[in-house]
Amino acid sequence: MKAKRNTQRFWLAAFIFVLFSFGVMADVPVPDIPEAVKGEQCVEETGFMRRNHMELLLHQRDDTLRKGIRTQKHSLKNCFTCHVVKGADNQPVTVKDSRHFCRECHDYAAVQVDCFQCHTSVPGGAKTTGTRP
Amino acid sequence: MSNTQDHIQDDNQIDSYRRKLLGGGAALAGAAALGSGVFFTSIARAKPDAEPASSEIRWGFLIDTNKCADNCDKCVTACNDEFNLTGFGRPETDAQWIRTVTLRDKKTGHTTKLPLMCQHCAHPPCVDVCPTGASFKRPDGIVLVDKHTCIGCRYCMIACPYKARSFVHETIENQKEYGPRGKGTVESCTLCVHRVDKGEIPACAEACPEKAILFGNMNDANSDIARRMASTVSTEIRGDLRLDLGVRYQGI
Repeated sequence: MKAKRNTQRFWLAAFIFVLFSFGVMADVPVPDIPEAVKGEQCVEETGFMRRNHMELLLHQRDDTLRKGIRTQKHSLKNCFTCHVVKGADNQPVTVKDSRHFCRECHDYAAVQVDCFQCHTSVPGGAKTTGTRP
Repeated sequence: MSNTQDHIQDDNQIDSYRRKLLGGGAALAGAAALGSGVFFTSIARAKPDAEPASSEIRWGFLIDTNKCADNCDKCVTACNDEFNLTGFGRPETDAQWIRTVTLRDKKTGHTTKLPLMCQHCAHPPCVDVCPTGASFKRPDGIVLVDKHTCIGCRYCMIACPYKARSFVHETIENQKEYGPRGKGTVESCTLCVHRVDKGEIPACAEACPEKAILFGNMNDANSDIARRMASTVSTEIRGDLRLDLGVRYQGI
């Protein structure tokens, strides 16, 4: 008798959980991760990159700046070579645009990216040359 | 303790470097005879990407102020273009990585014009005072700011005898891929480290129409810069501070 009641409770809980899950999915749009331009395998396995890209970037930045090691594999520059999103004008969108590759997930996870306070967020950087008044 | 030892070792290296310069006349003459041609647009060897900067190398400038034309600021323009150093109409605080300075001898009235940038000291005061370790010297003598750790306190700007550093007061949006710049951090001449690592010469040296700015490895006795330093007199600005500068001047 007790076992039967437990089973009933389980199915009720499962039903509520499923309902709730659908509700969440309906309310918050999951990140629509843009395809990489080259469409090939990333520099590391995708799951690994999702969990560890920040570690790779942190390691690379110190190696590059402090020691002068300029390998491209884990560089921020290399991210944008493939993960570039183009706007209506066929120009790469900057991080100001919510379609930017980094923002798709970072907006969803509410994790602020500080990289672009200094770094350019498009391949090749700014095209304009400096003018001084 | 280890710090003291490092310093002693450093000083010994510098001493041996000076001995080489001053005493190795015969050796240098031999090297000059064997030497390769004169390179102005490239340095002998590009560093392989995976290789760290080497302490065997000491990058530097030898600037011949006699060649510096009165109305020319091509080195300054080239630097501004290279890093998109745009002004905000406030000359006192706008970024300035290189500027031209005119010296006037009060007695004779003779004026000398020279480009002044970060002098890439071997004993940089900016590195000594930096509270976070953001200001640092690469093994090959290039003094840089690690903007990841810079808190924008500007002690380095006060410590620098050459006023070589600038503070970024505004949000910057037009950075070059190789030249990150951001509000709240200090910046200065990087000796175009992004070019140097590729085997190219800095933008100012490339832009100078008179070839007044000679770039090279001061530690390599066969390099043009070392040979010219050995054959003609050159001085450091404020040499009395004994900072062992990476930028030397002729004609001042």
